[in-house]
Order: sequence, then structure tokens, then C-alpha cells
Amino acid sequence: MRRSILLASALATTLALTACGSGEPSGDAAADEDASAKPSASGSLTVWVDETREAAVQTAAEAYETESGVDVEIVQKNFEDIRADFLAQVPTGEGPDITVGAHDWLGEFTKNGVVAPIELGDRAGDFIPVSVEAFTQDGQVYGLPYAIENIALIRNTELAPEAPETYDDMIAAGKKAGTKFPFLIQSDGDKGDPYTYYPFQTSFGAPVFEQNEDGSYRPELAVGGEGGEAFATWLGEQGEEGNLSTDISYDIAVEAFAKGQSPFVVGGPWMLEQFQDLDLAVDPVPAPGDQPAQPFVGVQGFYVSAQSENALLANDFLVNSMSTPEAQTALFEAGGRPPALVEAADAASDDPLVAGFREVGASAVPMPSIPEMGSVWSFWGVTEASIISGKAKDPVKAWDKMVSDIEGALG
Amino acid sequence: MSRARFVGAEAGSGTFSGAGFAVKIVLIALVDALGVLGVLAAWRAGSWGILAAMVALLVAANWVYFTKRALPLKYILPGLAFLLVYQVYVVGYTGYVAFTNYGDGHNSTKEQAVDALLAQNERRVERSPALPLTVVEGGGGELGFAVVEDGAVEVGSAEEPLAAAPGATVDAGVVTDVPGWTVLDRATVLERQDEVTSLRVPVSDDAADGSVRTQDARTGYVFQSVLTYDEAAGTMTDTSTGVVYTPNDEGQFESADGETLPVGWRVTVGVENFATAFGDERYAGPFVKILLWTFAFAVLSVVTTFALGMFLAMVFNEPRLRGRRVYRTLMILPYAMPGFLAALLWSGMLNKSFGVINQVLLGGAAIPWLTDPWLAKLSVLGVNLWLGFPYMFLICTGALQSLPGDVYEAARIDGAGRWRTWRSITMPLLLVATAPLLISSFAFNFNNFTLIKMLTGGGPRFDDASVPLGHTDILISMVYNVSGLDGSAPRDYGLASALSIVIFVVVGVISAIAFRQTRKLEELS
Repeated sequence: MRRSILLASALATTLALTACGSGEPSGDAAADEDASAKPSASGSLTVWVDETREAAVQTAAEAYETESGVDVEIVQKNFEDIRADFLAQVPTGEGPDITVGAHDWLGEFTKNGVVAPIELGDRAGDFIPVSVEAFTQDGQVYGLPYAIENIALIRNTELAPEAPETYDDMIAAGKKAGTKFPFLIQSDGDKGDPYTYYPFQTSFGAPVFEQNEDGSYRPELAVGGEGGEAFATWLGEQGEEGNLSTDISYDIAVEAFAKGQSPFVVGGPWMLEQFQDLDLAVDPVPAPGDQPAQPFVGVQGFYVSAQSENALLANDFLVNSMSTPEAQTALFEAGGRPPALVEAADAASDDPLVAGFREVGASAVPMPSIPEMGSVWSFWGVTEASIISGKAKDPVKAWDKMVSDIEGALG
Repeated sequence: MSRARFVGAEAGSGTFSGAGFAVKIVLIALVDALGVLGVLAAWRAGSWGILAAMVALLVAANWVYFTKRALPLKYILPGLAFLLVYQVYVVGYTGYVAFTNYGDGHNSTKEQAVDALLAQNERRVERSPALPLTVVEGGGGELGFAVVEDGAVEVGSAEEPLAAAPGATVDAGVVTDVPGWTVLDRATVLERQDEVTSLRVPVSDDAADGSVRTQDARTGYVFQSVLTYDEAAGTMTDTSTGVVYTPNDEGQFESADGETLPVGWRVTVGVENFATAFGDERYAGPFVKILLWTFAFAVLSVVTTFALGMFLAMVFNEPRLRGRRVYRTLMILPYAMPGFLAALLWSGMLNKSFGVINQVLLGGAAIPWLTDPWLAKLSVLGVNLWLGFPYMFLICTGALQSLPGDVYEAARIDGAGRWRTWRSITMPLLLVATAPLLISSFAFNFNNFTLIKMLTGGGPRFDDASVPLGHTDILISMVYNVSGLDGSAPRDYGLASALSIVIFVVVGVISAIAFRQTRKLEELS
């Protein structure tokens, strides 16, 4: 009995091993041949990209493959998943060598030790300064920037031939145009959209965090105080007048503008694709307060994993292949966001719309990349939305409660 | 294959019976092949835990299917294996994480934290030039760098600081030959890239001058380290200030005056997460409200879906109704749709100003379906009713069709009316069949994260609370929020796991009690 079990198991295992084994020798031989034909194929790179940029990175990767003989594997991921997956997978050694990402992830990435610094060397000067600054922390650069994005005021020139100077001008022009909405700005229902509303807020002198001399933020909340309260009051008034509404989602805003239901929409270059049959101009967001309306600028770039076993290749690929004007222009064409490399950005600025966004971006402020920012978003948007919708009867009180709640969350 | 048949035939005369055994051998061989593949993969990846589990499972599988003493196991082994891997292991791992501080700032092992801190604090010396660099190999196989600085070639290794190398050849600004060293080609450099990236060639005998390192094997820069790690003592030292950081119990390097370095690692913290879960005063008020709503939501969802499902099942069970099949098929449609998609669609349809419900059905009324606390709760229950009744309809239809007709006949003879028959016969018999499913439906709805997340996102927010929680949040969506998995707070997997364990216990206890109660029902039949 016992012997028969052993015999049968041994038989089954032998069969299994034979099955495994039969495939292997030929595979090994092929691999050997490969290695001798292409002597430098001793490393491989894994790069995480999102759908929009996949093709552009693929092109650069193929060029790099032919040049260096290294395999570059492009893995397509949802942009929203990359941040959490990178944090979770890098420590296990399963993460990629390189990933695309936004600069505001940097604080969390360095705190968790998942990104490695990149030395751009003299190439740093080839980039638009704000893009490298955004990826800089304590004097170390952690990412290779490739695109800068910010919002601005997109204007339908048929309905409003002149760029408005102030917010009131814009509303007046919008009403004169006789369209359904005087202007459009998106909001994610009762979760609000503080990112899109930020230029209005800065015009009241209420930035989210205190800024250092070099443009980096320190975790001291600055949304409160007189400026913040003035902004809150303004939001309440505008909500009551119906100029702002939390029911206008991104899709509704884009659709209404594309149908010519409003001469203005506050939005980014990613919207332009849907407005192809309109005559457009891009202007600075008009300020309702007495200070300039500065939107956030976000920088997209590539991070190198701290646990990459191919650090040499990863750095070589980024610094020497992805920072070329060709690669940056290809990424621009894929994503529509103005390139971070000055040479590529200049070329892209032939398009007046791109130039318009770039001009607004020049006076914009970088989105904070400190980890504390995570605790701000959820309170911020909901409070703005409740003020606009009139749910919060007293805007100033609601705003002050938000400030103390955020302070409580920051601990 | 042929070998299997041969042996099978030969053995068939003895202990084994022919064709069936051959099939068994082949199937087990397939399982073993997959298993061995998994073991090899685990071996290559160095995952010893997985390797041990695979070997144990393989041995168990072979033993169970070749012995004659484990007949019941032959049936339940596959199920048991999946239960172990997908349930027991997951619960066990969650339990383990609940006692650690895994989360933001404690993302990995100490070794990786040390690496990250050292890398983050190694700075390029300001205004130091970019040096064209070549990787070279010395006589003893040690690596070195040859760099061109101001037109002169210097070469050095980890042991020997950079020194002038007379007689070196420079081509297009890059060193191509150094006497006494071999210039490595790109392929060899890539093969040894770990050594290359970790190589530091001191600029001079004085360590404070910094050292040359490279990230791409083409250009070198002079770097200085602000932090140094003393492996023997396990401490970090800041070379600019001389402050020594020692590891503390929280998994961070801490200086004597309590200052910590940013990157930490994962350590076991005992029951601290459970204490945090119930100790934060800001959560005390919302927690009670959310707990009550979770129970109300789970119970009401089961009751409403069951009531509607049963009612429809009885209606469509009536033989006099024409076209029953068509209706039944239509009834099941909501069930065929993915829940998250349906919830997302509903959230659009219930939009106050632009939703179909208000605009088309109610003629432009501005009813705040998702933004008023009570209406939002009603909407959640309503959408869940729409999503859930087909399931109840299905199981009730099945149960109704299997009820014995003679009982009804007896009831009719005894003079029972419709209501009496339903109350005393249909209902109890139906409950016997469906009660376990109702309990599992309760457990499912208790943790119905998808619906809440997609429909309301927990909103509208509590006006009086200082935490980002809302009127339709249930416990599981609160956990998601509190532990920062949605990005609104620093991520804390330890806390999330601790809270999940608490929910697991609550649901487990309720289900256990409920199952005990249903046993009484079974005595009816």
C-alpha cells in the first residue's frame, strides 16, 4: 500500500518534471544565442506608464533598445493606481524600475523611501525652472520632468471677442453673450473642486500652505485668516447669484462649452480635444480679489525606484534618452500637456493655445508636494461646495471650521 | 502520457483499476507540473514562505489522492486548499498587519529605510563639475573610475583616491585607455551595474572632500554624504552636525533630543492600532452614528430586497399569469449588471440639477437626492433594493417551486384562507430554505463598500464632525477613509487592518448567532 503511494507519486512527479524539462533546454539555448548575438542584453528595464503616454514612451524605448541592446518593458497602468501601487510594490522588489508620476507625490514617496534621487547634472538648465523645482526636495532632484500642466481661462472667441480683465468683466461679458451660463467651472458635486477653484482663492491672498523663498512649501496652513474668509464670503455670494454651481461636473462643463452654451470655461489643455470645432483663446483666469489669480501648476515626470536593480540603465534611459527634444515632443503630442524641456516647449508654443497655457503657467504656483497636503483636500473641497450650494448658511463660520478641522487632522 | 498508460495498465492487474487510474495519474501529473513550476518560481524569487506552502500542498495532494484511507478528503481537498489560500491566509495576514505600524513612513524593512536615507542624504557638492567618466577594472578585478577633469585624466578605485594617470588616451573627451587598468565595455558595465552604482571613488585622502560616483556610467559627479550608517552599532550619524540617531521602538531613527529621520520601517507595535481606533475623540461621535446606520442599512437592505423579491416570486409563480418567463427574465436584468457600474449610473441619474429622475420623471424638480442626509439614505436603500431584489426573487422562486403541493391541499381542506396559508405554511417553509442566504446577504451588505463609494462616497458630510465622514458612510467605508486609503490622510495599513478585524469579529458573531437561530426553523420541516 505505502509503496504504491510512493511509486505513484514518484511517477506523477517524474512525468511532471519531464514535462517541465522538455521545454527548457531549447529555451536556454535560445537565450544563450540571444546573449551572444547581442552582448549588451544583460539588463532589462520595466517602465510603468499610463494609457495616454504609452505610445510616446514606447517610441523612445525602442530607440533606446536599438542603441543599447537592453530590453525595455512598458507596462500600462491606470494613472490613479500608480501612486499606491508604486508605494506598495517597490519595497517587495516587484515594482518597476521607472514610473511616470506627478510631482505632488514626491513628499509621500521620499517619506517612504521608494524613490531614488536623479542627478540631472548640467541638463537641469535645459528645463523650465519650475519643473525641476517641483521635483526638488532638500536640494535633491527626484524626477525627470516631461510636462507642465495648469489651468487657465478658455474663451470661445465667437461669443466673447475680448479677454476679460477682472472677474466682474467676465460675468458681464458672459451675460451679454446671452448664453445659458455666464461662465463654466467644474465641481465634483458636493465634494467640490478646490484645484480648479484655486486661482480664485489665491486672488484673495489665501494660499494653501506658507511658501519658502525657493518656492517649496512648509506645513503651515495659510488658508485661514482674512483672505480665506473673504474668499469664503465671495463663494457664498456667487453661489447665491447662480454663477457658481456644484452640480456642474467636468462632463457637464465640457459638454456645455462645446455646445456654445457659455463663452468661458476654466480648465486645462486636456479639455481642448473636445473643442476642436470652436475658435478659442487662452487667457489668465480673471481675479475676483485684488491679487493675481494663480492656478496650481502640476509637473509630470518619471521617477526611478529606490529598489531598482537596474539603476544604471534607468538613469541612463531617463537622463540621456527621455530628456531629448524628440522624446519630450512625442510626449507632448501624446498627452497635450506643454513639455518641460525648454527647447521642446518653444517648439510646441507655435500653437497659440499651448503658448497661452504656458504663459499662465509661468506665473502659477507649484502644487504642494508635502505629504500634509493629503489631509487638506477632503475638507477643502467639501467646505467650498457646501458654501456654494448654500448648505453652509454662514460661509465664514464654515471656512473657519474647515481650518480647525484640517489643523486637527494634521495633528 | 504513453508512459502513464503503460504503467497504469501494468498496475491495473494489481491494486489499481485501468483507465480511471490512468486518468488520475495524468490529472495529478498536471497538478504536480503546475506545482513544481510554482515551487521553482518561488525558489528563483527567494519566496521561502510560498515555497514551503506549495511543497506542503503538493505533498498533501499526492498523499490524499493515492491513499485509500482519506476518502472524504478527496472531495474536499481542492476547496480546503482554496479556503486556506484565499481566506485563512488573508485573514491571518490582516491580523498580523493589525499589530504592526505598516503605513505612511513605515513602508518597508529597516534595510531599505537605511538605503533610502543614505541615498536621499548624499548630495552633489555644489558647483562641482560634471566629469566624463569611464568604468575601468584593475588587476585584481576591482572596479575603478577614470575621469577627465580640466583635460587631465585621473583614475582611482574605492581603496585608492583619484590620482593622475599619465599615459592615458582620451578620445572625444572620454578616456579610452589607461595603463594598468582595463577599460570595460558597456555590456560588462551593465552586468556589474550594482557594483558600478555603489562604487564611491574618494577625491582625496580626506573623506570630507567627497567622492565621485555615477548614475549612468557616462558622467560622474562629486558627492558628499550627510548621513553615515554605522552597521555595527546600527546608528545613523549626521556628519555635518555630529548628531547620532539610534533606532527606536517605533521603527525610526531618533536623536537624543527626540528628533526623527523621515524614513522609517515596519515594526510590531502590539495593540496600539486598536487603541488608536477607539481612542481618537474626533471619531467618537461619528462612529456611533455610522455604526447605527451600518446596522440599519444592512438590515433594511435585506428586509426590503427579500420582501420585494418574495412578493414578485409569488406573483410570477401564479400559473394563471401569462408570459411569466419573459417577466422573469426581465426581473433578473439588474442582477446581471455589475454593481459598481449600476451605482455609478444611479449617482448620475439622481443628480439634483441634471439627473434624469429630477429632469424627466419629476418635471424639473430640484430634489437633493444625494445631498440631503435623509434622502441620501433613502437613495442608497432604494438603489440597493433595485440591485438586490433579483437575487431574492431568484432564490424565492426556486424555494417556492420546491414546496410540496400536498401541504397546501391539506390546508385548503382544513379551511385555511390565503393569508393563513401564507403565514403558516409558505413563509416558514420559505424561510427554512432562504434563511442562510439572508444571513450571508446581511454580511455582504454590512460591508457593501462598492455601493456607498460609487453612489454617494459617504456624503453628505456630517456638519458637526471634524473628520471627513458623512451620513451614508458605513463602517467599511469609514475604515477606508480613516486609514487614509483614499488619500485624505496619511496611509495607515496597520490601523485599517485593526479596524477590519473588528468588523470581521462583529459580522462573524452576528452570523454565528443568526445561524444558531435558523436551526430552530429547520425543526419545523
